Amino acid sequence: MAKIIGLPKLSPTMEEGTLVAWTKKEGDQIEVDDLLAEVETDKATMEFRSFDRGVLLKILVSEGETLEPDVPVAIIGKAGEDISDLLAKVEAGATTAPAAETAPAKEAESATRAEPAMAEAEPAAPSAAEPGLRRDGERILSSPLVRQLARERDIDLRHVRGTGPQGRIIKRDIESYRGPGAAVARAPVGQRPEPRVEKASSMRRTIARRLTESKQTVPHYYLTIDADIGPLAEAREAMNAALEAQGEKVSLNDLLIKAAAVALRRVPEVNASWIGTEIHHHQVVDISVAVAIDEGLMTPVVRDADRKGVAEIAREVRDLAVRARDKKLQPEEMTNGTFSISNLGMFGIEEFAAVINPPEGAILAVGTIRTEPVVQDGAIVPGRRMRFTMSCDHRVIDGATGARFLAAFKEIIENPLTMLL
Amino acid sequence: MRELRYREALREAMLEEMERDDRVFLMGEEVGHYQGAYKVSEGLLEKFGDRRVVDTPIAEAGFAGVGIGAAMVGLRPIIEFMTWNFSFVAFDQIISNAAKVYQMSAGAIAVPIVFRGPNGAAKQVASQHSHSCAPFYAHIPGLQVIQPSTPRDAKGLLKSAIRSNNPVVFLEGETLYGVKGEVPDQGEEELIPIGESRLARPGTDCTIVTWGRPYYTVMAAAEKLAADGIECEVIDPRTLRPLDTSLMVKSLMKTNRCVIVHEHWPYGGPGAEIVDRLQREAFDYLDAPLERVTSLDVPMPYALNLEDKVLPTEQRVIDAVKRVSYAK
Repeated sequence: MAKIIGLPKLSPTMEEGTLVAWTKKEGDQIEVDDLLAEVETDKATMEFRSFDRGVLLKILVSEGETLEPDVPVAIIGKAGEDISDLLAKVEAGATTAPAAETAPAKEAESATRAEPAMAEAEPAAPSAAEPGLRRDGERILSSPLVRQLARERDIDLRHVRGTGPQGRIIKRDIESYRGPGAAVARAPVGQRPEPRVEKASSMRRTIARRLTESKQTVPHYYLTIDADIGPLAEAREAMNAALEAQGEKVSLNDLLIKAAAVALRRVPEVNASWIGTEIHHHQVVDISVAVAIDEGLMTPVVRDADRKGVAEIAREVRDLAVRARDKKLQPEEMTNGTFSISNLGMFGIEEFAAVINPPEGAILAVGTIRTEPVVQDGAIVPGRRMRFTMSCDHRVIDGATGARFLAAFKEIIENPLTMLL
Repeated sequence: MRELRYREALREAMLEEMERDDRVFLMGEEVGHYQGAYKVSEGLLEKFGDRRVVDTPIAEAGFAGVGIGAAMVGLRPIIEFMTWNFSFVAFDQIISNAAKVYQMSAGAIAVPIVFRGPNGAAKQVASQHSHSCAPFYAHIPGLQVIQPSTPRDAKGLLKSAIRSNNPVVFLEGETLYGVKGEVPDQGEEELIPIGESRLARPGTDCTIVTWGRPYYTVMAAAEKLAADGIECEVIDPRTLRPLDTSLMVKSLMKTNRCVIVHEHWPYGGPGAEIVDRLQREAFDYLDAPLERVTSLDVPMPYALNLEDKVLPTEQRVIDAVKRVSYAK
């Protein structure tokens, strides 16, 4: 049966071509791969060879015409065949787009040697080592849902292994797909060790509940200040020298508790709690000290820290910490603080932001001592610095108030003698 | 709520509508003195008298035509076929007159008539008396086709059918008359809209669309499938023309698969219509081909063992659901 031959696309970028010269004339017998014409494209003058066998029944364009791909240029068929219908189609503006792209299947061998330029454009075949990966051109069977999901999730279905009939990719395949190559790397889910599940202790559950409540209901904000810790460290050494005879010692933390307590007296607005619709201004300074124990965290309270000496605070903290670890604390020893201090300096933490222990209005997070160069009187000298971050409940402590507290606190630790004022 | 049998629900619907509107009357074979071949019209002759409950000769074409004429001049007839198999004798009246007069009179003459009666296979009534007639009538524009599965739907939809200004084909389940189900209490009037499907069983894994007698087969199959971990969502369209696919599409978007179960032959028919609509309306949500479980494509055999094979069985429903779920 006669067919219309269109101008082939002789290079991937060819948008038009000029038919330079016909090498056959009407009535010539044509074999597959015979040279039909020469076509000048954007790249070069290319050979236009036949995919078909038959007689060149009609030449439709004259030499020198510039044409777009698929425009009918000739009709090939059996000798004497009636081509009036085809001519009418050409008249009506038919193109040969489908015919030009696929040579008849029985002539596949000639199709494979069609145009070198086309072959170049084909992507490289995927490596056979990747299971589930289909070769280009192989039809991927997948459900409409899967195709939709693949579009949404930008998944290349060539990588997804199908478990439906005939290897159809179905919903569960794309749901369990973890990315290209993952099928090899991952053992089936059932063979992976499951997480160890531990029932939370009642202390853990209490911590979880209270801290969640705090973070969800208390509007936290954070202020950080950097202070020279040298004077306080020197004061500590002097105190410890004096206490040596009694076999006692104070820690830097004990001094910080005292300093915070004094600062709370100087900026009493920070020593307050938001309760319901009221602000409770505490008349005592009770400092909660965060103590890490094996199962979690406890916050025993040093009562009246502002009125106690540092050595007394040190004794109390040590006692509270020991009993906290032994779980011997009474509930009343862990409640009703007015301010908290948490120290992670011993772990080298430079600074951190702690979660407020409601209904307290603030918590002071203490970092490690950093030895670093500081500028003092225009000269660089070795300095010992410490950073403090206070988390504040904005309902009771405004930014300026919190800042005043930290400034007072810094003043105290940089001038430890003022604690005595 | 109280429990009523399907036949009692239908009787209540007619009784309430006949009390409400004296243009409504019942006509058919044995509807009066014999109290109805299936006792649906029991007591109505006594209550309304023989001008409104009319026994007819065995002449379906005749009394269907009389009913259509009565409707054209302003009455609201209920025409009972002793079974829908006998409606074939009146087919021309239903198709050529009831369904066409409104259009051919350019909207001047409405035909507010209800044709009702038992439909579908019963037990060993053989090939000529086992027709499930929805496909014949649902094919015809101009008709409304209702096939209620439960007593509640039977009552609420028959009342709406009697009030409809269109000719309604109302297909009752011949084997369902004794089925009991919840129906709103007397005095609580419920009109179920024509053309609204119902969620019969919520589920997550596979949608099943069904109506009529197989509704009960499907509900039993759904329980067995649930035991295997497949939760079916069952949707009853209730009305086959106009057909409401909105719930089906919504369900399909969730389950991604659907089986349609009906007691009609597979060729053409409502199941094929539903498949066509769902594949277009929910194409991108399909994870498996839509399947139908239907009566087998043969005239109904008389032998009981063969009849059981021809009708949709629980096992065929389970197999189809597992196929579309890619389950073993």
